[in-house]
This record gives sequence, C-alpha cells and structure tokens, in this order.
Amino acid sequence: MTPPAPGKLKIYLGYAAGVGKTYQMLTDAQDLHRQGHDIVIGYFEPHGRADTIAKTEGLEIIPRRKVEYRGAVFEEMDTDAILARRPEICVVDEFPHTNVPGSARIKRWEDVTVLLEAGIGVLTTMNIQHLESLNDQVWQISGVRVRETIPDWVVKQAEQVVMVDVTPGALVNRLLRGVVYSQEKSKKALENFFQESTLGALRELAMRQTAHESESHHVESDIAESDRNAAISHGTALETEPVVAPTDRFERILILVTADPSSAMVIRRAKRVADYLHADCMAVAIQRPTGGNKVAAGEREAIERHLNFARNLHIDARLLDAESAGDDPAKALVEFARVNGVTQLFLARPRGTGLKGMLQASIEQRIVWLSRDMQVTIVADRTRCA
Amino acid sequence: MTPVTRRRTPEELLLQVQAEEAQDSRGRLKIFLGYASGVGKSFRMLDEGRRRAERGQDVAVGAIQLPATQDVEELLKKLEVIPLRTMDGARVMDVPAILKRQPRVCLVDGLAWDNPSGSMNPSRWQDVRQLLDAGIAVIASINIQYIAELQGQVERITGKHVTQTVPQSFLYGTDEIVVVDAPPEMCFGHSGQGVAGDPTRLAHQLSELREIALLFAADVVDHQLETYLKQNGVAASYGTQERILVCITPRTSAKAMIESGKRNAERFHGELIAAHVRQGRLDDQAKAALDRNLQMAREAGAHVEILEGDDPIEAILEFARERGITQIFMGHGLDTQWWHRWTGGPVGRLIRGAQGIDVRVFPQ
Repeated sequence: MTPPAPGKLKIYLGYAAGVGKTYQMLTDAQDLHRQGHDIVIGYFEPHGRADTIAKTEGLEIIPRRKVEYRGAVFEEMDTDAILARRPEICVVDEFPHTNVPGSARIKRWEDVTVLLEAGIGVLTTMNIQHLESLNDQVWQISGVRVRETIPDWVVKQAEQVVMVDVTPGALVNRLLRGVVYSQEKSKKALENFFQESTLGALRELAMRQTAHESESHHVESDIAESDRNAAISHGTALETEPVVAPTDRFERILILVTADPSSAMVIRRAKRVADYLHADCMAVAIQRPTGGNKVAAGEREAIERHLNFARNLHIDARLLDAESAGDDPAKALVEFARVNGVTQLFLARPRGTGLKGMLQASIEQRIVWLSRDMQVTIVADRTRCA
Repeated sequence: MTPVTRRRTPEELLLQVQAEEAQDSRGRLKIFLGYASGVGKSFRMLDEGRRRAERGQDVAVGAIQLPATQDVEELLKKLEVIPLRTMDGARVMDVPAILKRQPRVCLVDGLAWDNPSGSMNPSRWQDVRQLLDAGIAVIASINIQYIAELQGQVERITGKHVTQTVPQSFLYGTDEIVVVDAPPEMCFGHSGQGVAGDPTRLAHQLSELREIALLFAADVVDHQLETYLKQNGVAASYGTQERILVCITPRTSAKAMIESGKRNAERFHGELIAAHVRQGRLDDQAKAALDRNLQMAREAGAHVEILEGDDPIEAILEFARERGITQIFMGHGLDTQWWHRWTGGPVGRLIRGAQGIDVRVFPQ
C-alpha cells in the first residue's frame, strides 16, 4: 500500500492574542465546509469569545482526550481519534502548544505532523513570537521570553502562511472595550503606550516573515522551474545538476557552539541568516581533554544540550576533538572550517570584561585573528538593558 | 532594547506638538492595502464602517468601486451612501456634499481615481486630504499597483501599466494601515484579475504581488514606529528591519563587503548604508581609492554617509546606535602590531563596543 500524499498545512499568523487568527481560520473552515470539503475541528480554544464560538456552528468537533497529570485533568487534542475519523481537513488551534506530560508527543506541532503524514490537511494558528529564530528579538522587544517555540523548518513546510492583521490601536481598543478603567488612567495610558509600540514592532516582524515565507515559496518554484528548463534544454532526464544561482551555493555558515548559554542565541541568529541567504549551516563544539573533573562534566552536558538544540533546528551539528590541532581550540575550529569550505563563522561575543577582557586574548579574538580568509560574525547579545 | 524614556530634544518636542496639533483638527486616515483585486479590500473597509455604525459612529460612504460583489452589495444596504455626482460625463466623489453632510467617518474606495479636468482636485486621494483637513476621518482602500513608487516593480510582474497613481508619501502619512492578506488561491476564479494565462503562472505573480504589499506595509509600520518613538523621546531600536552598515576606508578591499552587504540587504529586504569616518588628510592615492570605494557603494544602492570624529570606532558605534543598525561589516585591519593579538585592535574594540549589534569581520 502506498502512503497517502502528505496533507497541506496552512498557518494563520498573527502578532498577539486577539488579532482574530482563530476567527479567520474558522471563517475559512466554514467556507470549505460549504464547498463540500470534509472538514472537522480537531482542537479549538474558545477563550470565551462568543463571535468565535459562533463560527464553529455546523462543524463537526472531535472530542478532546482527557489526560490526568498530578491529580488534575487536562484536555488535549485526540490525535488518534482524528486519525480514525480520517477527515480531509482538520482545524487545529494553537500550533505552538506544549502537551501535558504523558502525552504521546511533546508538542502540538508534532501531532500536526502526524496528521499531515496521514494525508490530512491542517489549518492552524500561531503568533510570530513563537518562531524559534526570533526568540531573542522578541525578548528584546517585549521583555517576554517565549518558551513555546516552533522551529523555523516546521513553519517552512506550510503550503500557505496568511497574515491576520489588525492595527495595534484597534487591538488595544478590543482589549479595553468593556474593561473598567482604573483611576490611574494616565499610568495605564503610559503602559499602553509602551504596549502599542511593542505591538507595532511585533506586527512589523510578522509582516516581514509572511513576505519571506511567500518569497521562499516562489524562489523554490523558480529553482524547480529552472531545473526543468535545464533538463529540457539539455534533452536529459532530471538527473542534471540543479540550477541554482552560483552565489547562492557559495555560502556555508559554521557556528561555534560552547557551553555558554549565549550559544542558543548564536545558533538562532546564524540559522536565520543562513535561511535568508539560502546558505548551508553547520555547528561544531570543540572538545577539550578533561581529565574527568566536575566542571568539565557540566560543561560537556551543556555543550551536548546546545548541539541537540541545533539539531532540532535541522543544523548539522557535531563535536570536534581539539587534540588534532595541538589542543588549540581556535586552530581546530578554523582548520575544520577550511576543510569544509566554510565561508562564514558565527561566534558569541567574548565574555571577558574589565581588565581580564582587555589583557587576555579570548578564543574569539584568536579565531578572528586566525581565520583571515573567511568572514567572522560576532553575534550581539540581544539583551534588554534596563 | 528596552524603551528608555529620556529628556526630549527640542526637535522631538516640536515633532510631538506638531503631531498633536495635526491630530486634534485633522481626521484620521486608515487604509486597507491589498495586492490584487478580489482579496477583499472593499469588503474589509465597508465591514469596518458597518461595525462602527453599529457602535453608534456617524458613518457615510463617499465612494465605492462598481460593479460591486454580492457581499459588498449586502454591506452597502446597511450604510448611508452619499451618491457620486456626474461631471463632464465622469463619475466623481461629491466632496461638497460630503463636507456639507459632515459625517464623522467617510468610506472611500478607489483612491487613485483621477477627477476630470476642471475639478477642485486632480485626483481622489487629494479629495480625501480635503476631507481629512475638514476633520472627517477617512477609511480607504487601495491596491498596491496604484502606488506610484511601486509601479515599476508591479509592472514587471503583471506587464500592465496604470496611469492613475497615489504617491507613496500619502500612504506613509496614514494613521493606520492594514494589510488585507489572503493567499493567492483565494483570488482564483475572481473576475477582473486581468492576468491571463495558466494558473501556475498566475499564482506565482499573485504571490510576488502579495510579497510587495506585505513589505510595503512593514515599511510603513516601521516608519510609524520610528516616528512614534521619536515623538515620545524613547531611545530604542527594535531591529525589526535589518540595517547593514559597511565601514569604508581607503585601504579596505570594499568590493567583497559591499557585494555581501547588498546581497544581505536584499535578502532581508533591509537597508544598506556605507559610512566612512574622515580622519586627517589623505594623500592623492588614498583619496582616489576612497572615492572608488564610496562610488562602488553608491552603485550598489547603499546610502553613503561621511562621519566626523577623532575616534573612528566611536564615530561608527554612535552612528550605528542612532540609526538602529543591526549588522556592522568591517574589514580586518592590516595592522599587525603584536599587542593587537591581545587587545584585538580596532576590530576588537568595535566588537566590545557594539552592544546589541552583530559585527561581521571581513578578510582583507
């Protein structure tokens, strides 16, 4: 039996709660239902909004699964029941949701992947702040460290990303309407003022991201088309070399992963740049001989964690032995980069400050010094300074 | 970076006062931006009018594009319409009638419409300006193909030339802009699209137009955000748009840096800026090299700035902070003094000073 063709994924992208993602999704679901498509609701979060709830009318809802965890009962999407029902299209609210422990899969996007693989089309919703590669920037803008993130490659799989847009002013109005004003009106206004600029910045990010997703779609179809054309003009089968603008193939990015927490930031940023440049992306950590002491063991664990984080973002990540380069980690990295045709290195900012930072050559400085034949990007700390 | 409230400069205070004054007397302008006919701009505009009317606002329709779709017709039934008037056989928005009626909110479709010669205003968008000046809020809708500055781009995709346009500056001046985004597929089967040909090609064209609309809206939002922050004396850069600064000296092999900067800026739909910090007198050879490099930057579409400052690194950093730069491209210094191995030299100083900005060091 041949597996079914994978279902198509459509994402309704917003920049805050209340912009109308779910409403828009359900409006489309109603249209599809009317057109005769077999569509069901797999998961829907009503949030007590009457007009959104009204939009589910007439649509079949797959009951949620009850999960007990630490004495409390939680409700999750019943992926198995949806698979058994096998609809053509399934509506799944809140794409970035994390399932309660004990569920078959950790993340809802993994459940969605299962549905797609079974040939079921999925409509889902998310906000821009949940995109992994923007995590640091979102923190910088909003002061919120978003924990529930979705790897960029998962979003990239979507057939369509639609932006659900309202203006921040209208959104704030929506939130305030019916809400009693406190006496501290001015204080609240000031808070809202900051809030509105934050919303504006997130909204801009969502617009740019939607444009980017749309662009990568037709860039890819352009590449496919030029492949086809090349095949035709050569009169050969599609085994010919893919035709890609040569400059696109030139870039290969290598990330230096360390035990330092800033590694996550460097990985996200480098991957984002690589995606935009259509560049390859790799990551390495340099293993130093340890002699089995405790600090080194903790470091090793952190490095392993960071490498796994990179792998989850679909980056080729490995551990490199420094011994080959005479225990010189900077040299080991640069040599590895040369052998692998790397054009850009991505590093964290040197940590050392004060006198030590001034007087001691950091590994980062040594790398900049040694790698004079490639570009080296020192990734900024995207921190919030109070 | 966290917005930090600081003392406002006189210019900023003036900006705010002007903005507040304009706010008080002028009507607010809200625009629904679409990338093709059939995405539902007019519907969204009228639907907002309907909701406002239901909330008790005094709403009237000033102009609507005909023929309207069925759902638009349904909405029109629920709204007060001020009829167009006929002038020299052409149908124009009846500005005097609207001014006389003085609704709180007026809905206007077809902003790029040209009025017949002899009218008070050559185009409908200028009629709208007149309504705004009279204190009437306007909700309007426009398709990107009618924005003058985007015409070249749009024409390359559609192969169609439109003669009636609205200047970009008018849209930058809106109080609110909303993208009406529907995936290209939604537009299928809709008449009036005008892009003939096979569906794949059509879908491709629509998705390119959609991208232009989204990026244009993002630019408007970025502009508004910047103005807003400036008016309120907030020193913050959100880095929502990539801004790449290439540092140019007579010695740098600028070509690689500029090319890479250009490509990065294009891919991120960001801005490319090249800066040189003037220091002392240059000999003829250095001057010629510098001019060549700056010219190369200009040709790559970079905005070129000459900075002053005794300390070039400090001058670069200050400029970068002020302009919300997200990436600085710098050449590796040629100096090989031994102590630079420890302190990192100028590059090291730049890296240590560039808080919140990526630094990319290029081989020389």
